[in-house]
Amino acid sequence: MGDLLQFAVSGLTVGSVYALVALGFTLIYNASEVVNFAQGEFVMIGGMATVFLYALGLPLPVAALLAVVLAVVVGLMLHTFVIAPARGADAVTLIILTIGASLVIRGAVPILYDKQFHKLPGFSGEDPIRLFGAAIQPQAFWVIGGMILVVLALHFFLNHTRFGRAVIATSVSPMAAKLVGINTALVVGFSFAVSAGVGALAGILVTPVTLTSYDVGTILALKGFAAAVLGGIGSPVGAVLGGLLVGMLEALSAGLISSSYKDAAAFITIILVLLVMPNGLAGLKHIERV
Amino acid sequence: MSAISPRYRTLLAILALVILPGLVMPSTFYYRIGALVFISAIAVIGLNLLMGYAGQVSLGHAGFFAIGGYACAILPARYGTDPLLAALAGIVLAGLLAFAVGRPILRLRGHYLAVGTLGLGLLIGMVLTNEVWLTGGPDGMQVQRATVFGVRLRSAEHWYWISGTIMVLCAWIAANLFDSPTGRALRALRDSMVAAEVMGIRPSRYKLIVFVISAVYAAIAGTMLALFNGLVTPDNASFLHSVELVTMVVIGGMGSLIGSIVGAAVLIILPQVLTIFHEYETLLLGILIILFMLFLRQGIAPGLAGLFKGRRA
Repeated sequence: MGDLLQFAVSGLTVGSVYALVALGFTLIYNASEVVNFAQGEFVMIGGMATVFLYALGLPLPVAALLAVVLAVVVGLMLHTFVIAPARGADAVTLIILTIGASLVIRGAVPILYDKQFHKLPGFSGEDPIRLFGAAIQPQAFWVIGGMILVVLALHFFLNHTRFGRAVIATSVSPMAAKLVGINTALVVGFSFAVSAGVGALAGILVTPVTLTSYDVGTILALKGFAAAVLGGIGSPVGAVLGGLLVGMLEALSAGLISSSYKDAAAFITIILVLLVMPNGLAGLKHIERV
Repeated sequence: MSAISPRYRTLLAILALVILPGLVMPSTFYYRIGALVFISAIAVIGLNLLMGYAGQVSLGHAGFFAIGGYACAILPARYGTDPLLAALAGIVLAGLLAFAVGRPILRLRGHYLAVGTLGLGLLIGMVLTNEVWLTGGPDGMQVQRATVFGVRLRSAEHWYWISGTIMVLCAWIAANLFDSPTGRALRALRDSMVAAEVMGIRPSRYKLIVFVISAVYAAIAGTMLALFNGLVTPDNASFLHSVELVTMVVIGGMGSLIGSIVGAAVLIILPQVLTIFHEYETLLLGILIILFMLFLRQGIAPGLAGLFKGRRA
């Protein structure tokens, strides 16, 4: 029982990070149909920039805030200099562009800083909390709680603010959105900024648990993309579900079967789910227009 | 030149790309790079059939590549098989696996297919990393050199000509496929699956054919790299390698034979050149990929061809 709880909490913790990465994917995808493989780099920037600024002597919250701002700036630059000039390019070309961008970001960090692994102190100390025989790091609550807050905030923003509804309108039909006077370019730029911020936040929250270095982005982009697709690409709810599910599967199979095959369980499940539900868990119906 | 059909013009150009540099290369190092380009190009031509002709993306082809390579390592070392026979076995195995998983996986579309193939590639990579008793684990395995007519194939010059020849053969087969009824069916599928279906083309059948062919091409490239390097590692099956192959296809030009070779050449040669910039290597590679994709959106080969045509007109 204690073991199971332990695995579940660690699964929810990594799952929350995947969920936030997948959510970032979904926001950008909905606004612009771009699958952004540089999404994992925002997580890395969040963690690394916080580590760097914290080491300079800034208080942790200030360092974290500046790191989010930095990631947002990078996200906006990605949109302005890489994605916007390629308007109208096909989907694979856009993916390669974001891969190029992720190489640029990953290549810049060792030059500006270093290639070492870094840790941040836990926000509420390092003493594990004992709960039903499981020892849980307090940081796990920060990660899971942070994820829940971000999801709620985004939900409120998208459904209950004027600009949020413009974002939804753009994702449904950019053309129609433009016709009713929505500044779709602004919406797309905004979605890059929010995705970057959400990714960076995930990176900051999880660094005390999993450490960070210049090259953690690739695997996160891969898992986040898989999670977003598992949930049904384009569905924010699906993205969060997909992320949590991938995290849980990983942690449970690492704990109960073998840690060297922890990704196997996740990906076998993903493939099986997709074979039964070819449009993902949220099952947005794909209608082919002829 | 108009007496020669475009198909043969392309093949002659590819032949020239192999022979002319081969005659003037100054050192083993250049032959080595040349061989690496041709070997990658074989896998890229196959993947380009899948992506450029049939419009299906795979993020898992490094898995098939590695199956070819590991067959060359495992069979001779553990069972005393001749390396060339082992290579053949690896290629057949990759083809069979593609045939077995192709039908269910190819039902997926677009990004869902990308994740399905990505998972497949990761699973192959995981088996290669973790089954240490069979595969040597994360450090990989030594590969016995192949011997043909009493000559042990290990010099870079040998491999330059071998890989060049096989690449030309693979390109020739791909070109013929492109002009065959199967090729027409594939192009129809890429342009509109519904329209193709209405014309009586069964998508699942043709997608499966090209998926198997592309897996076989990847495995051929994998066996050659293994025999050439004398070493296989699980990195051959990694996600990054799959992404590299896709990037070669797109940078060179989707649906373009010459583009496949150009794409392979760019991504093999660039990192070699960029090593002089030391820690700026990754950064510059990323910038160059972005610039290529922004300014030659159709890929380098079709993009440049378009520029020339535009000038002349």
